[in-house]
Amino acid sequence: MAGRLEGKVAFITGAARGQGRSHAIRLAQEGADIIGIDLLEPIPGAPYDGATQADLDETVRQVEALDRRIVATKADVRDFDGLKAAVDAGVAELGRLDIVSANAGISTQMAPTSQLDEAMWQNMIDTNLTGVWHTTKAAIPHIQAGGRGGSIVLTSSEAGIRGYGNIAHYVSAKHGVVGLMRTLAIELAPDSIRVNSIHPTQVDTPMIQNTATYDLFTGKAGSTKEEFAAASRGVIALPIPWVEAVDISNALLFLASDEARYITGVPLPVDGGNFLL
Amino acid sequence: MAGQLEGRVAFVTGAARGQGRSHALRLAQEGADIIAIDIAAQIDTVPYPMSNPGDLAETAKQIEALDRRVVTRIADVRDRDALQAAFDAGVAELGAPTIVSANAGIAPMSLHPKAQEWQDVIDVNLTGVYNTVEVSKQAMIDTGKGGAYVLTSSTAGLAGIGGNTPGGIGYTAAKHGVVGLMRTYANTLAQYSIRVNTVHPTGVNTPMVVNDAMQEFLQSDPAMGQAMANALPVPMVEAVDISNAIVFLVSDAGRYITGVTLPVDAGFLNKR
Repeated sequence: MAGRLEGKVAFITGAARGQGRSHAIRLAQEGADIIGIDLLEPIPGAPYDGATQADLDETVRQVEALDRRIVATKADVRDFDGLKAAVDAGVAELGRLDIVSANAGISTQMAPTSQLDEAMWQNMIDTNLTGVWHTTKAAIPHIQAGGRGGSIVLTSSEAGIRGYGNIAHYVSAKHGVVGLMRTLAIELAPDSIRVNSIHPTQVDTPMIQNTATYDLFTGKAGSTKEEFAAASRGVIALPIPWVEAVDISNALLFLASDEARYITGVPLPVDGGNFLL
Repeated sequence: MAGQLEGRVAFVTGAARGQGRSHALRLAQEGADIIAIDIAAQIDTVPYPMSNPGDLAETAKQIEALDRRVVTRIADVRDRDALQAAFDAGVAELGAPTIVSANAGIAPMSLHPKAQEWQDVIDVNLTGVYNTVEVSKQAMIDTGKGGAYVLTSSTAGLAGIGGNTPGGIGYTAAKHGVVGLMRTYANTLAQYSIRVNTVHPTGVNTPMVVNDAMQEFLQSDPAMGQAMANALPVPMVEAVDISNAIVFLVSDAGRYITGVTLPVDAGFLNKR
């Protein structure tokens, strides 16, 4: 059976590992060629290691093992010119652009709002909000040039729908992504370009599987993975501690495919249910 | 390639034609066997012709052409006992469903409103959905496999757009009420790994919308017609677009999606 994205090209930020790698592989499984970028540097204040060139190489290897093409570049979503150059080069090589996954995101300092470091605040907004805008700004002209419509999916978060204590910069940036999504959905509808956001709960990736995140959820220092799992289960309705990256990829695939050809302007939670709703 | 729903059973209400038939066929294409029920009769306040037994038979014929099994029963979602009997008959033959599409609904909107419209649309579009979940949930829990409900709401389940007649007000109230049902059931059934979501279609190209009475109703108020325009350059969506959203939500691809209102509305709600 032909893939659901046969002949299409997808641009994915944060493609070296975690959700971004999963997205690249899942879309490639359905026939898409991939333009992937990643920062490949340490992230100041992040309680986990940054992705590496070896990580991005592994994404390339897995996409190519599916007999799909991939153009993978080191680029920073905070730097519009560098990002645009990477997208332009990818489109020049792969011929078109249909799908965008604005996935790159960081998690950094965790502290009461009045004690957040100003540089931490700014870098979070620059990456998780401005970086998403940069991604769309660089990609939209290429999708429009194709004249075939397209699908842009912005990765927000459960923190784009509700508040969480001690990560005001993250919550604010992720809420901002929803505003960007709603605006782009209106602007791009005449071109049949759809824009939606995905709102994951905790996903089993390096960004959350670290001690600082464990402590954020349990409210005590030195928490274990098991303690985090118990705390995380407490905020998810289904009997699970977290979801897998592929679950976000499957939502992205649905939204990117023709099966969702009339879905736009929608924030789609993939969160196992929230008892408070 | 094996279907995404191989080996599963789905219960679909309002399956004789329109969206319900499309859902039944799309689920069957992915491998599910179908328990298909429909009222297959007219309700007096509904100003367009409703389905008939021949329509339900045609749905069954098309499912069988896909080499899937189907049990059809004529039943009214307002009648809990009759609905339970129809459901039980399907379970006896096909086994318990792990998929339910609560799709049956009416749109009693016209330029000749009657007071009874309110009660009829609440009874079908809200109480009927409640009845559909109630007759099926224990059987689904007892499978021990989890499952998924998709309740069909509407853009009028998230916005006050049904118009100012007893039927239109009732339609909007009922479709909003479906969201309340969904959220409650999502929370109470989560412990069994049973997921519950709503879909919110804009106008769909089916007999409920594409009929003289509805078109007259929509065109009677130009402001409303304008307000009803979609963001994407399409006047209506097709039934299969709703079916595809349902397939996604009930399949393993949506295994951790629950408690969600999913518009399939060509950007209608976002552009308000």
